[in-house]
Amino acid sequence: MQTHEVSTDEGQAVTTRVIGNARSNQSAHSLNVRKLSCLRDDRVLFDNLNIHLDAGQVLLVEGRNGSGKTSLLRILCGIRLPESGEVFWCGKPIHELGAAFHEQMAYVGHHDGIKGDLTVLENIRLARALGKPSSAAIDDILEQIKLSGYEDVMTQALSAGQRRKLALSRLLATDSLLWILDEPFTSLDRSAIEMFEGFMLAHTAAGGMVILTSHHEVNLKGLTPISLCLSP
Amino acid sequence: MNQRSLFRAFLFLLKRDLIISFRRRSEVVNPLLFFVIVITLFPLGIGAESKELQSIAPGVIWVAALLAAMLSLDSIFRSDFEDGSLEQLLLSSHPATVLVLAKVTAHWLVTGLPLVLIAPLLAVLLGLPGEALTTLILTLLLGTPVLSLVGAIGVALTVGLRRGGIIISLLVLPLYIPVLIFGSNAVQVASTGLPVDGQLSMLSALLALALALAPLPTAAALRMSLT
Repeated sequence: MQTHEVSTDEGQAVTTRVIGNARSNQSAHSLNVRKLSCLRDDRVLFDNLNIHLDAGQVLLVEGRNGSGKTSLLRILCGIRLPESGEVFWCGKPIHELGAAFHEQMAYVGHHDGIKGDLTVLENIRLARALGKPSSAAIDDILEQIKLSGYEDVMTQALSAGQRRKLALSRLLATDSLLWILDEPFTSLDRSAIEMFEGFMLAHTAAGGMVILTSHHEVNLKGLTPISLCLSP
Repeated sequence: MNQRSLFRAFLFLLKRDLIISFRRRSEVVNPLLFFVIVITLFPLGIGAESKELQSIAPGVIWVAALLAAMLSLDSIFRSDFEDGSLEQLLLSSHPATVLVLAKVTAHWLVTGLPLVLIAPLLAVLLGLPGEALTTLILTLLLGTPVLSLVGAIGVALTVGLRRGGIIISLLVLPLYIPVLIFGSNAVQVASTGLPVDGQLSMLSALLALALALAPLPTAAALRMSLT
């Protein structure tokens, strides 16, 4: 990981960060971010940001509240457009790939994205219908996230932590290479956090990638996440 | 993604929205109740003088249908926007236009179709001649889906605003006018016993146009609203 400072014409210091392995791995999947900048309400959240992420790597985005972590994640998954710069998946810009990129990506944002008026089972089935279903059986997924027995419970009756677990179960229910997680551990208890850290480890060991923000400490045994610190 | 999984996603989303509407019946019943109340108030307000009522009946029914449709518009995307489901829909591996079409179809089945079914009863209440009833049903069947499809564009544009209600009406009403004109005119003409093929063809053309074109700007507007 290298970090170096570049000065612009105005003399203002702009940080360019080159993260991860600069040599791109041709065979495996990779995510590339080039010269990304993002404005919000005329404030520069980040400028000239470069990221390279290879298969099997984890990127931990850190920064204070309002430093642009969520904006960055939303740009990376294609919901938000950057002010300038481009995000590449396997060498192609994500806005050109469109659905082909979304097929390989799962995003869990601030909002759980589950419907309160649907049961646990209906929510998981819907997630599978919208993405590329994984081979794991729904019963096994519920077993894994300790929600078995809740199949027919309306999700509005679940606790915040249980809803979060259900939202994260989307990662297991669909077959996606890139996980983009915004504060995934909010309202999860200690054991649930450990469980999802285990899922992340298994995912990266199988060649997947994870990008996440977290205010909790992330303990991935044997794997050091690449860290990116956004400072406003 | 192959065609089968796309069709499956369409049906799944359609079914999902129907289930949710069924579980939130009160929201669905509101526009229908509005439709019924407005129309039943007319004989009371104007008097049961059948001649006058008869002549304004097509217009009354169509205006009430239009306003009822507008009342129900906000529910197409609002709850999905608030709980984050909309992000998931747009990030799905299927084209957003198809998913939008599924949502609008569900919305029409839940809010438009009941209007079509109950309209003949209310038409009798207003003294509309029997020969115009078939035309009324036909025009509503062709016209109300257009209202849902076009309305979805307006909702998609305003779903990110906290109070989009008035803006939706301003955006969408001008686009509703052709449907209103051809719909109510057809019923009027039919009650005098003249042929209405022209108006019905126009409404069919509007429906075909809306079906083919409306999902595109709707999906694009939803993307914009999320940014």
